[in-house]
Order: sequence, then structure tokens, then C-alpha cells
Amino acid sequence: MRLLNLTMLYLSGALLLILSVWAIVFYIDMMDEVYDSLDDGLENHKMLIIHKAQEDQMIYQKSDFAESNYRLTPVEPSVAMSGLETYSDTSMYMVNEEDFEIVRMLTTYFQDNDGQYYKLQVISSMVEEDDLISSLLYSLISLFVVVLVSIFIINKLILSRVWRPFYQLKNELSRFKLGKNNSFNAPNTSVVEFKELNIAIDKLLKDNTEVYDKQKSFIENASHELQTPLAISRSKVEMLLPHFEENEKVLNQLSDVLDQLDRMKRLNKTLLLLTKIENRQFRDYEPIDFNSLWKDQIEAFKDLLLHKGIEVHLDEIGQLQGQFNPDLAAMLVSNLLRNAMVHNIKDGRIQVTIYDNRFAIANTGKTGALDSKHIFDRFYKDVENQQSTGLGLAIVKSIVDLEKGRVAYHFQEDMHIFEVIFSRLD
Amino acid sequence: MKILIVEDELELQKSVQQFLQEEQYVVEVASDFFSASEKIDLYEYDCILLDISLPGGSGLDLLAEIQQKETHNVIIISAKDSIDDKIDGLNLGADDYLTKPFHLAELNARIKAVLRRKQLAGSQEVVLNNVKVDFDARTVYVAAEDLHLNRKEFDVFSFFVLNKNKLVTKTSLAEHVWGDDSDNADNLDFIYSQIKNIRKKLKDSQAQVEIQAVYGVGYKMIVK
Repeated sequence: MRLLNLTMLYLSGALLLILSVWAIVFYIDMMDEVYDSLDDGLENHKMLIIHKAQEDQMIYQKSDFAESNYRLTPVEPSVAMSGLETYSDTSMYMVNEEDFEIVRMLTTYFQDNDGQYYKLQVISSMVEEDDLISSLLYSLISLFVVVLVSIFIINKLILSRVWRPFYQLKNELSRFKLGKNNSFNAPNTSVVEFKELNIAIDKLLKDNTEVYDKQKSFIENASHELQTPLAISRSKVEMLLPHFEENEKVLNQLSDVLDQLDRMKRLNKTLLLLTKIENRQFRDYEPIDFNSLWKDQIEAFKDLLLHKGIEVHLDEIGQLQGQFNPDLAAMLVSNLLRNAMVHNIKDGRIQVTIYDNRFAIANTGKTGALDSKHIFDRFYKDVENQQSTGLGLAIVKSIVDLEKGRVAYHFQEDMHIFEVIFSRLD
Repeated sequence: MKILIVEDELELQKSVQQFLQEEQYVVEVASDFFSASEKIDLYEYDCILLDISLPGGSGLDLLAEIQQKETHNVIIISAKDSIDDKIDGLNLGADDYLTKPFHLAELNARIKAVLRRKQLAGSQEVVLNNVKVDFDARTVYVAAEDLHLNRKEFDVFSFFVLNKNKLVTKTSLAEHVWGDDSDNADNLDFIYSQIKNIRKKLKDSQAQVEIQAVYGVGYKMIVK
């Protein structure tokens, strides 16, 4: 939910509550005032009638409301003595409305000059409560809507203005990628909170970039520094070999040591290579024709493929050409081809298909579908192949990533398919 | 044959020196830029093994110095596996480039190849009893009869020729034939079948050399 909508949601909720409470209080207060003033009017009327009754005997004849708004009823003294002056709401038939309406009525008792007791009832027409409530409700709703719309407009203006540094920051951050050679420019702002946010993010990114760079150069240095001790160990063991040519046991042990040293060397070299790819140390671009590159690589692997009895089909549906680093292009193709060969079965099949913007390599294999989430991770490998470094596909991925392409894996009709798609190749 | 090893890692220097001495070379060593520069200046060497990163300066600068000399065969040995370095080195006149860590058998083969190319002007042949190896034509003859080795078989056989009477491990052989791409069992299996073919061909043509298996470790070519 957007900031604007969220603010509006909360504001309208709060407004609804406040306005409802306010409406109830206002209504009660207003009705109180209305009764007060009506009752005062009735009281005044009562006094006038009683005064007039002392001069005008005709008034005693008024036993019905009819056209006037009072009536007099003679009562027993006992009733009058025990009766209290009361205000009450009652309904009366209104000629104009042709309906019963609520009226306010004052009931009181008094004694005339002759000692006769009378009950005096004075009425006054009332505000129509239901009409009042509905008109109050309508005005409240329109107030609510007007207030909300104005808040929305104001909020929108304020948000786009006040929060501009925030949105700039957001864009700047989404552009930023760790390890890519780009800098973070905090947007200009005079708002203290945003300034602090900028500073905090700037520091966070700097720290992270530093850690990332350190880690990267650590891998590079470590791999590099390991090459020499590896070279020494290997040459020392190799020097030992001729001395134990008659001793099978020792020779085999030494050979195992050599194999492990070799494996270490390969790991090392591949890690170095990965670091170099990620450091963008392959910078020279040339026009590369992937169709002929694939043909060359298949030719280079021909002997091994033949030895394993693997049949390779190359389908050239399109021409894939573009600017690419020649070393990376060769590595990309050879790693994919080697992967398809190593994990293949005897007398298996490899199908290479080249399109205008992508190529796919499919191979038969020993296993079912692989974990497409982790297959491109470093050191991901199947249990069977102990000698593989588990870095071949990681190299493929980092090359493709570097060129803003995409590599996908899927398993279809018993074939493992790796597809490399380039969004743009100039 | 006189070889100079310019290498600052003393242990590596020692092993290479010992190995080359066993191969009957006269070996001298230098551990830093200045002593290397001095030796290059004063003496003539048939081949110089040159490390690029040296205390006191870059091996690439030494290369320029070596170019002044009459005979200059240089094999760069570097821990740097970058293609740029390789191209720089070869452009500056190095004859070959070997990345650390390397197999001693591979170093041996490279040295021999370089020396052969430069010194035996024109003659690119090695004769072992009734076997003649023509490196230019990539052909092997047994008693003047072509052995008909295919591309990879020749790679394998020539590696044995350059390391004759020495134990050659399977991995060094695989790496020689396949370069750095030798990281799987298929390659070793492939090498095994290649050697089987070569042995059969040698035997059929009654060659006076024999490739023997040395337990599970590797092979050795015996010149009878």
C-alpha cells in the first residue's frame, strides 16, 4: 500500500470516529438547548394565560386545543394538589402535515378566583427529531467527504514535495548494486530526518562495499598465494616418484597426494577466474560469432566425445553474433559443453540449438531434474563426480550475468537443458 | 646445456634445480631481480626460466634485457594465470609461458621443445633406436614406416619421447594433452585408451621402445 493511501486510510478512520462522537455530543447538546428554550416559552405562555384568565372568564371555556395552543380542564382539588408541573413530549395530529407530530406539552394546575382548580395544558410544536437527525447526518457526511478530499489533495501535494528526497533515495538505492562499480549519491535535502537517513545509508553502503571488496581481494590473494606452495609441494612429490618406482604402496600414496594437489590447484585457479570475471578484468570486446564458436568447441572436444560415444547435434536456427570478450565467450561455451559431456551417460546425446538471441544445450544424464535453484551455486555438485570442482556452472552464470544475460535450467523429456539468453548484444 | 632459474621461492627453485640437474643440465639460480640481471649480463644461457614477480623488479623488464643477448630462450613461469600477462610475456620475446603450479614433466617437455626449436636449426627430429619422431610433421616412424598416430596419440607419444625413461603421471599426461581442462575422470579414461592404441601400434611395428604402466600411477617409456 502506498504511503498516500495508508495515510488516507488512517486519517479517514480517525475522522469518522471523531465526527461521529462530535455529532452525538452536538446533537445531545443541541436538543438540550432546544428543550430549554421551548420549556421557557411554555412557562412564559402559562403565566400569560393565568394572568389573562383572571380578567377574561372566556378562557375557562377553552377545553380543547383546536386553533389555540392551550386547554383548561376543571379538576378535583385533590388531583390538583397532588399534581406536579411537568413537561412532556406527546403526539398530536397536525392539520398541515396530515400526520401525528411530536409536540412539547406543559401540564400544570392552578386555582381561579372562585377557588376552582384547573388543569392547564400548553403545547408548542417541536423540531422533528428524525428530520433533524437525517439532516445532521447528511451535513456530517458532506463535511466528512469535503474534509477527506481536501486532506487527500493536500496530502498528495505535501507527500510529493516533502517526500521527494525519500523517493530520490529509493531510486538511488534500487540502482545501487554491491560489487558493481557504481557510487551512491545521497539526494539533497534540508529535512533533518532525511539527512540522517542519507548519512546512515551512505555509511552502511560504504561499510558493505568495503567488506565486499575485502572479501573479494581476500579470495584473489588467497588463491594467488596458494599457487606457490602448491607448486613447491607438487614438484617435491614429483621428485620423490622415481625413488619409489619399485614400491607400489608408496607410489600409490604419492600419486594420491599429487591428485589432491591437482584438485586444489584447479579449485584455486577457478576461484581466481571467478573473481576476475566478477571484477570485470576481461574488458576487451570483439565481435563474436557464437555459431562458429560452438562449432570450434565441439571440434575441440571431438576426441573425448567420440571416446564416450556421445553424439552431438548442432541446430542453427539463427545467427547469434555480438560484442563479447573472446576469452569469456570461449569459456562460456566450453564450460557448458564440458558440463554436458561430464554429466552425460555412455552413448548419450547432446543437442545444441542456436537462435538469434540465445542458445540452448541439452544433454542426456544419469539423474533426473536437478535443483534449479542451486545448480549455479559455487561448489554445488553431484555426489558421483568427486573430481569436479563444482564451479563450472558458477563460471557460466557469472559470465552471463556480466553480459546482462540470463541462464536458465530445465529438465524436459529426460534431457537437462541449459539455456543462455542475451537481452542485448550490440 | 646451461639453464638459469630466476625464481624467488627458494624451495621451488631448489626442486626445479635438482630436477634439471638430474636431466644432465648445468643449472644456475638467481633469486632476485638484480642478481638475475647480473647473471644474464655476464653469462650466456641456453634457456632461462623466468618468474615475473621478483623482489626488486618485474621479470618482464628482465625480458627486455635478455633480448639484447645473442641466444635467448626464455620460458616464463608465473603464478599469474592472466591471459594479458601471457600475451605481454610472449610479445616481449618469451618463447613459452608456464603457469604455476606445473608438472616437472611438463616443464621438461617445454624446455626440450624450446631448445629443439632454437638450437637444432631445421632438424625437428628425435631418434630413439628404430623410432624417429618428426615434431614438425607430427609424425612417428618406426624403421622408416609411418606409425599413423592420430592427433591426440601424437601428443601423448611425444610427451613420452621428451620424458623418456621417466615416470610420467597420468595427470601430467592428461594436462599436457588437454591443457587445464583435464579435470575429470573421462580424460584419464581417454588417455588410457590412447595409450592402449599406441602400445599396440608400437608392438605391431616392432618398435624398440615400450610404454610400460607403472602401477596405477602413470607410465614410463623405456628405450630398449
